[in-house]
Amino acid sequence: MRALDRKLLRDLWHLRGQVLAIAAVIMGGVATLVMSLSTYDSLGVTRDRFYGEYRFAEVFASLKRAPEPVAERLRALPGVEQLETRVRAGVKLELEGFNDPITGLLLSLPDSGEPLLNALHLKRGGMPQAWSADEVVLSDSFADAHGLQPGDKIAAIINGKRQQLTIAGVAVSPEYIYQIAPGSMFPDFKRYGVLWMGRSALGAAYGMEGAFNQVSLTLARDAREQAVIDRVDAILAPYGGTGAYGRKDQFSNRFLSEELNQLQTTATIFPAIFLGVAAFLLNVVVSRLIALQREQIAILKAFGYRYPAIGWHYVKLVLGMVLLGVAGGVALGAWFGQGLAAVYMETTFRFPYLDYLLNPGIVLVALGVSVVGAVSGTLYSVARAVRLPAAEGMRAEAPEAYRATLIERIGLQRWFGAPTRMILRHIERRPLKSMLTVLGISCACGLMMVGNDQKGAIDFMVDLQFRQAAREDLALTFIEPTSGRALHELAAVPGVGYVEGFRDVPAILRFGHYHYRSAIFGIEPEGQLHRSLDHDYQPVAVPPGGVVLTDHLARNILHVEPGDMLTVEVLEGSRPVLQVPVLGITQQFLGLSAYMQKDSLNALMREGHVVTGAYLAIEPGAEEAVYAKLNARPRVLGMVANRSAIQSFYETIGEFILFYNLVATLLAGSIGFGVVYNSARIALSERGRELASLRVLGFTRGEIAYILLGELALLTLAAIPVGFLVGTGLVGILVLAFESDLYRLPLVLTPQNYAMGATVVIVSALLSGLLMWLRLGRLDLVAVLKTRE
Amino acid sequence: MMNPMPPDQANAVFVARGLTKVYRMGEVEVHALRGIDLTLYQGELVVLLGPSGSGKSTLLNILGGLDAPSGGEVRYLDHTLTGASESELTDFRREHVGFVFQFYNLIPSLTARENVAAVTEISRSPMRPEDALALVGLGNRLDHFPAQLSGGEQQRVAIARAVAKNPAVLLCDEPTGALDSATGVVVLEVLEKVNRELGTLTVLITHNAGIADMADRVIRLSDGQIAEEHRNAHKRPAHELSW
Ligand SMILES: Nc1ncnc2c1ncn2[C@@H]1O[C@H](COP(=O)(O)OP(=O)(O)O)[C@@H](O)[C@H]1O
Ligand SMILES: [Mg+2]
Repeated sequence: MRALDRKLLRDLWHLRGQVLAIAAVIMGGVATLVMSLSTYDSLGVTRDRFYGEYRFAEVFASLKRAPEPVAERLRALPGVEQLETRVRAGVKLELEGFNDPITGLLLSLPDSGEPLLNALHLKRGGMPQAWSADEVVLSDSFADAHGLQPGDKIAAIINGKRQQLTIAGVAVSPEYIYQIAPGSMFPDFKRYGVLWMGRSALGAAYGMEGAFNQVSLTLARDAREQAVIDRVDAILAPYGGTGAYGRKDQFSNRFLSEELNQLQTTATIFPAIFLGVAAFLLNVVVSRLIALQREQIAILKAFGYRYPAIGWHYVKLVLGMVLLGVAGGVALGAWFGQGLAAVYMETTFRFPYLDYLLNPGIVLVALGVSVVGAVSGTLYSVARAVRLPAAEGMRAEAPEAYRATLIERIGLQRWFGAPTRMILRHIERRPLKSMLTVLGISCACGLMMVGNDQKGAIDFMVDLQFRQAAREDLALTFIEPTSGRALHELAAVPGVGYVEGFRDVPAILRFGHYHYRSAIFGIEPEGQLHRSLDHDYQPVAVPPGGVVLTDHLARNILHVEPGDMLTVEVLEGSRPVLQVPVLGITQQFLGLSAYMQKDSLNALMREGHVVTGAYLAIEPGAEEAVYAKLNARPRVLGMVANRSAIQSFYETIGEFILFYNLVATLLAGSIGFGVVYNSARIALSERGRELASLRVLGFTRGEIAYILLGELALLTLAAIPVGFLVGTGLVGILVLAFESDLYRLPLVLTPQNYAMGATVVIVSALLSGLLMWLRLGRLDLVAVLKTRE
Repeated sequence: MMNPMPPDQANAVFVARGLTKVYRMGEVEVHALRGIDLTLYQGELVVLLGPSGSGKSTLLNILGGLDAPSGGEVRYLDHTLTGASESELTDFRREHVGFVFQFYNLIPSLTARENVAAVTEISRSPMRPEDALALVGLGNRLDHFPAQLSGGEQQRVAIARAVAKNPAVLLCDEPTGALDSATGVVVLEVLEKVNRELGTLTVLITHNAGIADMADRVIRLSDGQIAEEHRNAHKRPAHELSW
């Protein structure tokens, strides 16, 4: 081995503390990247495989009722490859010992054999016996939430009739990976379930013998989706078809895609911030480390080594640290990634299996960014040292031109002793270096704040949604549009305090070539329970004659402004196409809505006082009685209790946040410690001789520690407020990147956020201070006397 | 060999004419060299004498290609050093010059042998590091790190490192400046031996007049100019010196 390579290994070993700290910085950045992107890739790959293996359909259509022979006409359409009809029924479910309302969806299975499309992945138990009258397969999320096993019983109210069902199996379907009850904001595994049942049994119970109300199909190889949709619509229109749609608008798939998009954003922005900051810190730390080698660089140069040779030597030194960090980061990131994917699978994506995938490209990106950050810092410092005439490099650095600091010049010096003056002058002497140190430490603080941001943002979001916008205790849906008189009946139920009706019309909203498939919500203009909010989160009345849109829907999806005319294709009844003006924008972080005054919507639909559901305020304590009473009413299709929905949301998301915060804290903490420790360690190297000389002169260890650590403390304290600014900026970037149909994050920073940011910095500083204190005890005084000065 | 060959222009290694060096520190100009004319010959042992600040190091660094003069000209054999590019100067140092500094400047993380090897690895026809260390009397300390050696021993390693590549010139800037008299004598003996056995032109800086007696020629600098120059009729062997 060449002598210089040997020097390299020994230097690495000698610098091991710093090597580890630098590796920690890289590890933090790389692990975030690997974790996020590998999770994203894995979920995407898993979804695609699951869709393929379980024959997820490509076009879906719902209708009121069509006789089975109509299916033959659909099958004969050009572009249709496979087609399957089903019966689909909304049900209410009842479970012994669980009193909240449960909404369910019952789908038919072929009476014998496998479904052609949208096959089930059985996790436990089996498919119902052929032609069985009372056996069902249950969605796994619902079964798991209630601990239900094959053989257990569950009661369903189908078409007003109560029926006892036996669970034959528990399964996952590609069609219902993401399960949200109609009218709900997020998944609630306890209060919403999907069930599958034999076609004739369900047909008999639901009055659909020899008929169907749902179609799924796959497309022939080069069929155009829109053309097939149009043909299907034409055939189904007389049978009350509500418009066929592709996978893009399929509920579960759409939300899954949104979640994956969201995850991709997280997986890009978050690591970009982490890795970017890590690379910056790496650059700063490495360039200071190399600057310390200036004497050795001068010797190498005096003996005829050239810049490329010297540069390569130090690049190899730094690459050693980078490789260590990247390897650690990849390992840690892959481990966290599997954990994160597992949490996702439990809370959001109910895939039956996971194909964990770590794309080598990710590792290359991680390596590339770290290498660029480190090598540029190294070469910069080496170039500076090489540019210095060798004669000068070898001379001890000339005593630096210190001067009285600003603070002293304005006459405050009598408050400071010599050590304090040394601290102040040293900081002022090297303003750039001090600033970089402050910036580095503040980045660590900022990262910590980003890593812990979600909790506060979600609290804020939920609070706003449920205490300002959707204040009802219960949202109730009728089986079909109903006369407004039904509201009086609801108000008469004992325990119901207040009732507000709503009319909800499924529709496609179009503007230019943008469209969004959803519904228009007609609400009371001066409602007490369900309200639209303005930019300051204050309730505002919906004006008559037009729609008010969620800002994200207006700005980013439909690209409309107040005053524009929206085309509304109604998806029920005679399916009129209407022109409706946009009257305003409403601020809403969760979900997307298009609101109208209920009366205006009724007028537009050319109907009288019609409602499709109601918001209820329930007197405290009366909930169970009210649920039981309403559940028994045949016209009531489903109910969503807000309080329990929020609770279950927190249960679900809580686990996720816990995991994410833990990881983010760990990674931001390791970056923070790496930076603070390195700053302290380098300061010690730079000033070791000076401090040892002071010891020789009779200063105590405490006194020299004060000079060294006092500076660190001062810079750390200065870094905290700067860190708060950096953190706010980073969270702002994240918020911008995080807009999706599901939710938009508000820019909220809680006191806990700030506290976490400050804590990571302070704890790192204290720990580094302690390590420096131990090192100061081992300062070699003799060496100082032996060498120059 | 006790009486060197008379100076002869044909044997000139370094020829310097009208060298000046001005350091600018903000407003202040420091004239480190004010017009130096100098010729150094093959095989000579030259002592540069002068008080601190008189410009000795500046002159040596310019001769060794570590620094460039503000004015005047330096020639090394048939090369002109003044105006040479950084890369040409690097080549010059790499092939022809060995340096010894007051503070040894060894690489702390390399052993004695490895410190020498670091230089021989980039030279064309070097000695074996072990031979170079044997020459300076450290054949038994090959695997010691600088921190495990005394100041005198470190300086001898530095000399071994400088001569191992068989340079034409050995430039030593106060090699005994950090050493006590007895240890310094040992180091000077090594330099004397190298000069005698390898015939390397050796320039030795000191502010210590006692050392001048071992030289073939003594050049005295004062305030950036050559104040006086003489040849020693009788060189005294280094072991007889003390200060
Ligand atoms: N890099 C420099 N910048 C400014 N002045 C310098 C520098 N190097 C040397 N000098 C000045 O040049 C003069 C000669 O210095 P030097 O050659 O080191 O003297 P000597 O080696 O004889 O002690 C001194 O006055 C010194 O202060
Ligand atoms: Mg000098």
